[in-house]
Amino acid sequence: MSETRFTKDHEWVRLDGGIVTIGITEHAQEALGDVVFVELPEPGREVAEGEACAVVESVKAASDVYAPLTGRVVETNQAIVDDPALVNRAATGEGWFFRLEPSDPAAFAALLDEAAYEALLESE
Amino acid sequence: MTLETGPGAADHGPLKTTPLDALHKALGARMVPFAGWSMPVQYPAGVLAEHLHCRAGASAALFDVSHMGQASLHGSGAAAALEALVPGDIQGLKTGRQRYTVLTNAGGGIIDDLMVATLAPDRLFLVVNASRRDIDLPHIAAHLPAGVTLERHDDRALLALQGPGAAAVMARLGPAAAAFPFMGFGPVAIGGIDCLASRSGYTGEDGFEISVPAVQAEALARLLLDQPEVKPAGLGARDSLRLEAGLCLYGNDIDEGTTPVEAGLGWVIGPRRRTDWAFPGGSIIRDQIEHGSPRVRVGIRPDGRAPARAGTTILGEDGSPAGTVTSGGFAPSLNAPVAMGYVRRDLAALGTALQLQVRGRALPARVVPLPFVPHRYLR
Repeated sequence: MSETRFTKDHEWVRLDGGIVTIGITEHAQEALGDVVFVELPEPGREVAEGEACAVVESVKAASDVYAPLTGRVVETNQAIVDDPALVNRAATGEGWFFRLEPSDPAAFAALLDEAAYEALLESE
Repeated sequence: MTLETGPGAADHGPLKTTPLDALHKALGARMVPFAGWSMPVQYPAGVLAEHLHCRAGASAALFDVSHMGQASLHGSGAAAALEALVPGDIQGLKTGRQRYTVLTNAGGGIIDDLMVATLAPDRLFLVVNASRRDIDLPHIAAHLPAGVTLERHDDRALLALQGPGAAAVMARLGPAAAAFPFMGFGPVAIGGIDCLASRSGYTGEDGFEISVPAVQAEALARLLLDQPEVKPAGLGARDSLRLEAGLCLYGNDIDEGTTPVEAGLGWVIGPRRRTDWAFPGGSIIRDQIEHGSPRVRVGIRPDGRAPARAGTTILGEDGSPAGTVTSGGFAPSLNAPVAMGYVRRDLAALGTALQLQVRGRALPARVVPLPFVPHRYLR
């Protein structure tokens, strides 16, 4: 059974079998507008929590996507490189960015739950 | 990820609103601060769809550009007075014609780029950039001789109707404007509303810019939006359209430290003005025309898909410093990234290989002709 948490940087993080999948939230894709370019990390790269490791660009601007947890990149989603608009169409599903094997799976629990993320959106 | 709230988001203080503010909100626009104004950056269709609509088939896009500054110069010496501040041939500009020009400073730098139209032999109509209106208009007013006066038209809105379908819309609603040649200008009734229209724009497409009293602006905008060809478009699409058209954005591609020669705008210097060079910075600009400028604005196509934004460092193929990107992004009509920037003169030839420093990597790119997308002005 997977569980989804969030970061204050508008990313969602889904834990499933010791691997986390990361994407950007519906709020983030709406705010970005049409996504036209995505750059993803190399599988195997070791990333630290908060490290910029992917880039998402709209017509207007470029934004970094951060590693929500420390760990190793195990898989990336080539589908959004080939079709960046998939991020707009399915931000929380097929539009995922990359998968990480966290070095400390317990750190997942420290991320925002859905209620906390909703509260963050309310406050912005 | 980092969410930017838009250009000028760090601006503080109350924002000015255009006469179409309520309409933008009714249309679901996302409003952003721009040069002190609250402006629609996009409508629900989004920047890509709005951009492509402006270039598509028989369609047209409607932009609110009321943040731009409008003014008139009155007096029989108006054209001669303005010529003291710009390199363009203004005295030779016939009634009913508009011309693009620049205000220059003593160093030959560009104070602003602007449109000048002759409404009558003793009356010029000016449109200046939003970000520069409070610099340009006092500058012009301070240099007028007795008998020439500047009148600000802060009570007027400005709409831009742009695209291959703009002429058909105008033929229906304001036939006199539909008969204008490229850069034609004059008073015209559009749907019964008295306007000043020109056959011009800043998208690379055929189209019109329409000055209308603020109180009638929403009625005119609604009438235009009711036409089957027309959809609203925001500043986001306006920026990507002008970039594809290779047109300069003041503050990005041109500024007080950039000369018209460096910017590739030498054509704004009228033949008669090249005999006396009697405009601010004339001797510096003359020298650059005769001997070349150390850097020039060029079009750049990255080889890959990563856009290079304004501020990106440009290197030569050998890794030597070459210049800086001044406008860059994604070109929806080309489905590819494009950029403009200034490079050393020895690297400006078409086809020259460059490198763009994007996120710590040197990405290969080439110098290409401007515009990126051919202009389709009425000819």
